[in-house]
Amino acid sequence: MEKVDCIIVGGGLAGLSAAYGLASEGLEVIVIERGDYSGAKNVTGGRLYVSPIRDLYPELWKAAPFERPVTREFVTLMGDGAHTTIELASERFATPAYQSYTVLRARFDQWFADQVMEKGGMVITKNRVDDLLLEGGKVIGIRAGGDDIGADVTIIAEGVLGLLSSKAGLREEPRPQDHALGYKEIIELPPGVIQDRWHLNEGEGAAHLFMGGVTRGLMGGGFLYTNKDSISLGIVVGMEAMRQAPDKVDSYTLLDEFKELPQIKPLVEGGTIVEYSAHAIAEGGIAKVPKLYGDGYLLAGDTAGLSLNALVTVRGMDFAIASGYYAARAVIDAKERDDFTAASLAQYEQSLRSSFVLKDLETARYIPHTIENPRLFTHYPQAVSNLMEQVFTIGPGPSKKLSSTVMGGVRKDFLNLQTLKELYAMRKI
Amino acid sequence: MNIEAKLGLDVFKIDKERHITIDVETCNRVCVNKACLYVCPANLYEIDDQGNNTVNYEGCLECGTCLISCDHRALEWHYPRGEYGVQYRMG
Ligand SMILES: Cc1cc2nc3c(=O)[nH]c(=O)nc-3n(C[C@H](O)[C@H](O)[C@H](O)COP(=O)(O)OP(=O)(O)OC[C@H]3O[C@@H](n4cnc5c(N)ncnc54)[C@H](O)[C@@H]3O)c2cc1C
Ligand code: SF4
Ligand code: SF4
Repeated sequence: MEKVDCIIVGGGLAGLSAAYGLASEGLEVIVIERGDYSGAKNVTGGRLYVSPIRDLYPELWKAAPFERPVTREFVTLMGDGAHTTIELASERFATPAYQSYTVLRARFDQWFADQVMEKGGMVITKNRVDDLLLEGGKVIGIRAGGDDIGADVTIIAEGVLGLLSSKAGLREEPRPQDHALGYKEIIELPPGVIQDRWHLNEGEGAAHLFMGGVTRGLMGGGFLYTNKDSISLGIVVGMEAMRQAPDKVDSYTLLDEFKELPQIKPLVEGGTIVEYSAHAIAEGGIAKVPKLYGDGYLLAGDTAGLSLNALVTVRGMDFAIASGYYAARAVIDAKERDDFTAASLAQYEQSLRSSFVLKDLETARYIPHTIENPRLFTHYPQAVSNLMEQVFTIGPGPSKKLSSTVMGGVRKDFLNLQTLKELYAMRKI
Repeated sequence: MNIEAKLGLDVFKIDKERHITIDVETCNRVCVNKACLYVCPANLYEIDDQGNNTVNYEGCLECGTCLISCDHRALEWHYPRGEYGVQYRMG
């Protein structure tokens, strides 16, 4: 059996990041990717938070094919007949170095794969890894298309479904309680139109999230990100929420309904749909992170459950890149010791624990349960818009004092036992 | 735009070997929820004239939602072989 230092299953962000780190240090690394090219199978929202990972590969980001830096944040709370949009224009966000950028994965991942190859790493596309090779509980390599390739360490970065790793018993099979479905359209629009609609200077970008009234009360919401000459418009909806819904909804119709809403229609007006895509999202949080290493292997990115759905921000790409980085460091050090046992590779988990990856997941420990509450997706967005509507209403007859309008709305929708209980639950997040 | 037309925008390289196989007997015998019929973002599951569950695997977006949501492990689901299946141009 042919043997290399490291095999990486999956040429997504986690896998490519690991490969880049290893190839930069001269290790022999092969990435195996099933798509025609890296990114061909990958879907994100998406915005990549660069600030947490900037220093890991400082040289990489300068020439990266980002779409737009996100300089403006929009959140729309959707109610029936009224909605409230909060627009955050922060000078800090609009000043380099930018904290986050929108990306399209087919472009971004292909570019990343090119960087790996420039460093001497091998990225083999159009090949599916069919199995992990195990010997007495140790992963010793992979099987692909009838060929076996051995490796000192196999980094498993096969994405959210974790088919090979769960088959090999290295993690649990994915459960609907811990996953959401995300899907979107790419809608082409001229750059000038995008800039006008989201109040942007040339080249700047926006992230726009929609809560309430989008997923028929099911856990989820809508997202919109501006790319160079298109927008990514999509829906995230909890799998268990769909399964438990008393009135079953065909998932794909939610996006069509969303686009027909009077709040959304003018935003997509005149655009041309050019692609439709879907992907699962891991949102079990830290409680669902499996054992990250063992004899001869490491799990990285979504396969390791390293993603976070915090209502207005989904993060997974920065975690994927960081976990790839730390996986590479662990393999480089293990190679120096010439010891690829679990004990030697345990360094990987330690470095993730002292980095933002597991720290941020730990901070967010209680988010997954808190956001299961359907009232977050129905009652509150509606209540905010009701209140704002009252504040701005001048009806016939004398108006009430502003303070009593506000207090009336607050008392009705926010000062009750249910809300206090929910606030209490939220203190943990 | 209807869902078939949306799928028509995507690039698919279709394998003659199917990557999703349904254990129809299980669907018929034990499944009440039939989640696959409504969770699929490509609307590929359908009950045929004989009352059996079918999936048009050729339009699959490979999201795995049907696999994760099936109550009864009635799906044999793996990724298409390398070179086949959906190939996103944007992603
Ligand atoms: C709709 C949606 C919105 C999101 N929004 C955001 C966002 O705004 N910001 C953010 O940071 N994150 C977001 N996420 C999460 C983020 O996209 C993921 O966390 C991230 O893509 C994970 O990267 P990864 O490298 O672990 O996995 P992936 O990108 O899925 O890569 C896995 C790779 O492995 C390959 N592969 C799998 N099995 C095999 C096999 N057997 N053989 C060969 N190759 C294989 C796949 O083809 C793929 O290229 C979003 C996700 C979705 C679905
Ligand atoms: S959810 Fe599973 S068992 Fe039920 S009909 Fe669908 S495939 Fe069959
Ligand atoms: S993987 Fe996704 S797109 Fe494919 S059949 Fe299942 S739910 Fe539908």
